[in-house]
Parts: sequence; C-alpha cells; structure tokens
Amino acid sequence: MPDALLALLVAGAVMVSLNAYVVLGGADFGGGVWDLLAAGPRRRRQRALIADAIGPIWEANHVWLILVVVLLFTCFPAVFSRVSVTLHIPLTLMLIGIVLRGSAFTFRTYDSQRDDVQRRWGAIFAGASIITPVLLGVSIGAIAAGRVPPVPTGSFVAAYVAPWLTPFPFSVGVLTLVLFAFLAAVYLTLESNDRDLQEDFRRRGLAAGVIAFGAAALVLALAQGEAPQVWQQLLGAPWAIVLHLATAIAAVSALWALWTRQWRLARAAAAAQVSCIVWGWGLAQYPYLLPPDLSYRDAAAAAVTLKLVLLVLAAGTFVLIPSLYYLFRIFKARPT
Amino acid sequence: MSDLLAARSQMAVSLAFHIVFAVIGIAMPVLMVVAERRWQTTGDPAYFELAKRWAKGTAILFAVGAVSGTILSFELGLLWPHFMRFAGPVIGMPFSLEGFAFFLEAIFLGIYLYGWDRISPRAHLLAGVIVALSGALSGIFVVIANAWMNTPTGFKLVNGQALDIDPLAAMANPAAFTQTLHMTLAAYAATGLAVAGIHAAILLKQPHNRFHRAALLVALLVGAPAAILQPISGDLSAKHVARHQPAKLAAMESRFETARGAPLVIGGWPDVEARTTRLAIEIPSALSFLAFGDPMAEVRGLDAVPRADWPNVPLVHLSFQVMVALGTYMALVSAWAGWLAFRKRDLAGRRKLLVLLAIGTPFGFIAVEAGWMVTEVGRQPWVIQGILRTADAVTPMPGLIVPFSLFTLLYLALAAAVVWLLRRQIIESPNLPEPQQANLLETGRRA
Ligand code: HDD
Ligand code: HEM
Ligand code: HEM
Repeated sequence: MPDALLALLVAGAVMVSLNAYVVLGGADFGGGVWDLLAAGPRRRRQRALIADAIGPIWEANHVWLILVVVLLFTCFPAVFSRVSVTLHIPLTLMLIGIVLRGSAFTFRTYDSQRDDVQRRWGAIFAGASIITPVLLGVSIGAIAAGRVPPVPTGSFVAAYVAPWLTPFPFSVGVLTLVLFAFLAAVYLTLESNDRDLQEDFRRRGLAAGVIAFGAAALVLALAQGEAPQVWQQLLGAPWAIVLHLATAIAAVSALWALWTRQWRLARAAAAAQVSCIVWGWGLAQYPYLLPPDLSYRDAAAAAVTLKLVLLVLAAGTFVLIPSLYYLFRIFKARPT
Repeated sequence: MSDLLAARSQMAVSLAFHIVFAVIGIAMPVLMVVAERRWQTTGDPAYFELAKRWAKGTAILFAVGAVSGTILSFELGLLWPHFMRFAGPVIGMPFSLEGFAFFLEAIFLGIYLYGWDRISPRAHLLAGVIVALSGALSGIFVVIANAWMNTPTGFKLVNGQALDIDPLAAMANPAAFTQTLHMTLAAYAATGLAVAGIHAAILLKQPHNRFHRAALLVALLVGAPAAILQPISGDLSAKHVARHQPAKLAAMESRFETARGAPLVIGGWPDVEARTTRLAIEIPSALSFLAFGDPMAEVRGLDAVPRADWPNVPLVHLSFQVMVALGTYMALVSAWAGWLAFRKRDLAGRRKLLVLLAIGTPFGFIAVEAGWMVTEVGRQPWVIQGILRTADAVTPMPGLIVPFSLFTLLYLALAAAVVWLLRRQIIESPNLPEPQQANLLETGRRA
C-alpha cells in the first residue's frame, strides 16, 4: 500500500473516532446542559432520566476521545505536538472540564441523596458539561482557522492566546455546545416511556435544533474572514453541494421527525446531521490536518507504524463492535 | 520555580495521583469477581453483599481513574511535546492497544455495575472477568511504554531523528518484562493487602462479623501471593537496572565509587557533596552478588557519570529503601498468613495477624509511589534514557507554574471528595437505595 494511502486511512480513522465521540460522548455532555436547564414540574424526573441514561455508558463513550489522542500522537506526532503547544490553554481548561464533569457526575450518584448535596454536585456536573464542549469547539475552530503554527512566535499573548481567542473559534464552540444539547434532547425522548418527559425533551430538541441552524450560519459567516480555506472549500469544492444537501436533509428530517414524534427516526437523523457537520469540517481542511501547511502526508509517521496501527484498529474493531453492541443493547433497547 | 521544574512536578503529581486509581482499577475487579463467584458457588449472602459493596466503591474510584488518565494522555503533549514527537511513532503502539483495553474495561464495567438484574448471573460474572483482564492489560501496555523510556530500542538515532523504526522491537524492549511483572504484582499486592488491612481493623473490634471475615479471606487470596512474589520480582528488576541503567542503580544504592565486591547499603543518608553515605548499614560484597550473581563483580558508581547528569540521589536512595522495607514487611506478613491458612488455622481469629495486617494497610500504596520515584527520578536527567533529555522535551510555553498549581488543587479536591465518599459508602455503609433503582422508581421506566 502506498504510504499516502496508509496515512489517509489513519486520518480517516481519527475522523471516525472523533465522529463517534461527538455523536456518543457529545450527547453525554448535552445531558449536562439539560440537567442545568431542567425546569417545570418534572424537573426532578428530567434529571433522574438524564443520570440514568448517561450512567452506564459515559465512560465507554469517553474512550473515543482517548483514541483520537492516541492515534494523533502515534501516527501524526507533529500535529499532536503543535496543537498541544499552541492550544495549551484551551486544552487545559477543557481537561479540567472533563475531569469535573466525570467526577461530579459519579460523586452525585454515590453521595447522599439529600437535595442540597445533590444540587451542589449537579451544579459542577452541569457547569462542566457546558464549558467542555465550548472549549473543544474552540480548539477545533483554531485549527480550522489555520492558527497552529510550527513554532509559536511573538509575545505570550501572540503565541498562546491570540490563536484561539477570536470570534470564529468561539462560534465553533457555541455550535458544538448547541449540537451536543440537540443530540441529548433527541436521544432522551427514547429513554423513557413517560409521555410527559418525552414531550419535555421534544420541545427542548426542537428549540436546540433551530438554534443550531443559527449557530451554523454564524460559523459560516465568520469563517469567510477567519478561516478562508475552510470557507472556500465549503462553498466551492465539488463535494460541497452533496454534503450541504445531506446535512440539510438530515437536519430537516430530524426536526420533522421530532415534530411528528417519530423518536427513532429523529435519533438517526440527528446523529446523521451532526456527523455530516464533522465530516464537512474534515473535508474542508483536506488535505491539511493543520492548515495552511501541514498535510496528512507530511505529518504521517513511518509507514511501519501506520501499518501496525491499522492492524490494531482492524483487530480491535472486531472486539469492540460486538462489545459496544452488547452494552447498548442491555441499556438502550427500550420497549416501545 | 523554573518552567522545567513546574512541568516535572505537574507530571509527577498527575502520575502519582493516577497510579493509586490505576492500581485499584487493576485489582478490585479481581476481588469482586472472586467474591461473586464464591456467592454463586456457596450461596453465602455475605459474599454477595461484599461483591455489591466493593462494586460501589470501585465505581467511584474507576471514574476518577478514567478522568485522571485522560489528563495524562493530554499532558504527554501539553508538557512534553518534543518527547511525544520523537517517541509517538516508536512507542505509540502499546498506547493504541491500551486504548482498546480501555474500551473493553469501560464497556464491561458499565455492564457489571449497572447490569446486576439485567443479565444472567453467568454473564454478569463474565463481565467482571473481562473488566479484570482488560484492567491488567491496560496497565501492562502503558508500563511497556514506560519501560521503553528506560531501555529504548526499536529505532536508529540519526541527527536527533528516529529512523528505521520498529514498533514491535520497541515494545519488546529489555525492561518490559521485569517492569510489567513487577507492576502487575504490585497492583494485586497493594490493593489486596490494603483491603485486607481495612477489614482486619474492623475484625479487631467485631471479631465475629461474618461479612468482614469473608472480605479478609478474599482480599488475602488476591494480595498475599503477589506480596510474597514481589521481592523475587523486585530482585529481577534490580539485576536488570544494574545492567542497563547503572546510574540509577548507583543512586538507588547510594554508591559513589565504582568498585569490585561492592557492599549492599541499607538505610543511611547520602551526602552528595562529600560523596559518602552517612549512618548506613553495609553488608560486604552483597550488592555485587545481588546485582550480578558474583560477589566480586564490579558495580559502577556515580563517579562513572558526569556530575551534572546525576539524578537526585537522596530521593532515589530513600525511595528505594522505603519500597524494599515495606515490601519485606508485606511479604513476611503474607507468608505468615499463608502458613496459617495452609495449616487450616482460623486467620480471622489471630489478633496478632490482624494487627500486623491493619498496620500494613497503606504500605503497598506507599511502596508503589516509592517504586515509581525510583524508576522515574532515577532516570533523570533523561526522559528517554541516553537519547533525549527532559530539559529538551519540555513545552516552550512559559508560566507553567499556573497549570501546575491548578492541577494540584484539582487533585487535592478530588482526593478529598473520594475519601469522603468512600468513608460514606464502605465504612459507614448506610442503607441507601441502589442509585439506578432509585431513578427507575422515579421515571417508572419499567412500569
Ligand atoms: C506493592 C508495591 C511494591 C513492592 C512491595 C516492591 N516494589 Fe519495587 N516497584 C514497585 C512496587 C513495589 C513499582 C511502583 O510498581 C515499580 C515502579 C516501576 C515499576 O515497574 O515498578 C517498582 C520499581 C522497582 C525497581 C526499579 C525498576 C526500574 O527502574 O526499572 C526495582 C529495582 C525494584 N522495584 C525492586 C524491588 C525490590 C527489591 C523489592 C523487595 C521487596 C520491591 N521492589 C518491592
Ligand atoms: C503516562 C502514563 C499514563 C497514561 C497516559 C494513562 C492514560 C490513561 C487513560 C486515558 C485512562 C482512562 C481510560 C478510560 O477512560 O477508561 C487510564 C485509566 C487507567 N490507567 Fe492509566 N495512564 C498512564 C499510566 C498508568 C499506569 C502506570 C498504570 C498501571 C500500571 C495505568 C493503569 C490504568 C488503569 C488500570 C486504568 C483504568 C481506569 C481505572 O481503573 O481507574 N495507567 N489511563
Ligand atoms: C503511574 C505511575 C508513574 C508514576 C508515579 C510516575 C512518576 C513520575 C515522576 C515522579 C516523574 C518526575 C521525574 C522527575 O522529573 O524528576 C515522572 C516523569 C515522567 N514520566 Fe512517569 N511515572 C509513572 C508512570 C509513567 C508512565 C507509564 C509513563 C509513560 C508511558 C511516564 C512518563 C513520564 C514522562 C514523559 C515524564 C516527564 C519526563 C521526565 O521527567 O523524565 N511515567 N514520572
């Protein structure tokens, strides 16, 4: 196999893992958003439903992120080290968010069920669930904007703050947050047979879905100035029209299915919509992992390493898919 | 504090924190599985109670292990970008394998913790076995990576670049076997004896509590054999270090001069300026014999290494003494318990044994921390022995004292919360509804 193809395959695997993290793990963060925004007479039951839905699966979902990191430093070490250096601050804050989210969620489950105790852990869990997706989006936005140079130069602010502290990365952060919340609301309609709860999350899903349109438009608008390569590709590339169509169909189907209470269809369409957005970003950067200069070919590690990692991925998938299927069948197969 | 020192300290704090949860994550599933199996074969409800309680504690600890491990994966880049750029392609393999072990561990732990009444007892037990196996595997893979830092193989160094990379040869590095063996045993010994110690302490007050008797037996079953084997495995490690990392051995033993028939130095305080060890007990020729199997073998001292390249000798020496002392204690107490069990005596009725076990509760964990100090501080100034210096691996970002302080505070808060919750869960063990059932009642999901 030619080296470039190997590198492309591994880059594809990174995208698949990131996609899985967003679609699965993202919803766990979105659950935190709805925990914070729980309101109305069924507030407690909404929170309980969210906790119940996340509990058995969030740790497994979280491993997708680890896989992204590991694949990056093994197969595209230059990408990993450049990103880690320039985006040190948002990544560190994101890590703190990840830590607080996971631990506060678990502590809440196992601490006293008294209201004040529950609320205290709940506040940390929910707060961290908001900060973390925003910072993940900020980091992706800074990469898309081509702000991760080979060597940081200039003052501290120029080198470590300016690359991400601008409107575009934050618009990506907001979009990420809204999409995660959207996914969570849609998935949660399937977690309960209780009509009232389903309606609660239906309304939330519809709201988040509509806001997501706005956030996506904002990202595009800002991309023109700040992330010109991504913008040009998203408008002009031959695949762009197909992708936009697919995203639009998925998005509209998701809202329509929510509207007409076809929960399963809504879930599939929402996941498809978010996946299209992730891949749209990935394709728009192609062939660069770090625009404007570092392509997947130039960043790739030695071919032996790529081959072995692909082997491990193939073998691992054989074990992973049935295990994940088993997990989700036990906890997510609902009588409808 | 210099940025390099802040980075090193942040790495040290993060790893020292994570290892506690990692060790528990490797061994607790084994304890749970043994207890559950005993319940299934004997029908004794004490064992069922035990498996359930241990599972709750493990759920808390595992979550903290997962998030602290995530910090580490990022920190490898946030703090040591040049190290990862060099090492990633060579030694990323075990990390990739580890990723799949994490998947299995997290998936089946979710099934184990939340699936008590959703799957058959056999499937449940099997889920526990998979958690235990994949936990051990994740530890083994990551320690292989660390062993490579001590004895790097599988590449050629050309102008600071790694060429001719062979990731499999890197995984098969010389230190991999001794280190993974020693670490895996350490996990079982430390956790097993800590759990045994806690229940022994309670048995001293309530000698007839069947629940705690059962717990003591299961914990010893896992911990004692490992603790007995640990000095043997440690001896293998030391022989290995003597051959591959003479400066580390010299620091462990506080040997300043190269000599034949070198004595074994026990205790004492290294006076680095005067190049002597004060107040130590010396056993003539013993070090040469232990390290090379020949009482007259030459043992290289720190004088074979430029002064600027010495690790922190007092810290390494002290840590090594602590590990060996605690390891000896643990092995002896375990051997005694084994002897009593072999002669079919009632372990839980021996007050002296219970006292010794209770005293030893934290020893395994202290030994684990000390052992890692030996390994990691003893490697300095190298992050990859002989290849890349720690000072050349660090991130260029200034102000690292800020993240170091932030993470230290975070770990302190997490540690406090964990201790608080475990006390609540296990020691006070109040009568709480199962969390998932509490939620079920509310949502009426199964109604
Ligand atoms: C329960 C914990 C425990 C106990 C009782 C011992 N050790 Fe240990 N030791 C560890 C836990 C540990 C560790 C934390 O797991 C280390 C750090 C790195 C490693 O692979 O294992 C370690 C490292 C380590 C090293 C350094 C290896 C290297 O740098 O590559 C040596 C030479 C020894 N040990 C020797 C011993 C001896 C002679 C012991 C005699 C009783 C002993 N250990 C007991
Ligand atoms: C640089 C070193 C290390 C890194 C980067 C690292 C990384 C990680 C990560 C990312 C996780 C979370 C997995 C999940 O989400 O489920 C984790 C958990 C774990 N790690 Fe580490 N780790 C390191 C050192 C170690 C060591 C030395 C051991 C043991 C010998 C170890 C054993 C484990 C185990 C058993 C878990 C499972 C979680 C638990 O039981 O709490 N790790 N580690
Ligand atoms: C979990 C058990 C571990 C503990 C307690 C531990 C402890 C430490 C300590 C104390 C340091 C600072 C040494 C110094 O600068 O003086 C350090 C550094 C470091 N460790 Fe470990 N370590 C562990 C496992 C690992 C593993 C499994 C890896 C990698 C695979 C690793 C990679 C590193 C790196 C990259 C550094 C920074 C560079 C250096 O100081 O050499 N460690 N560790």
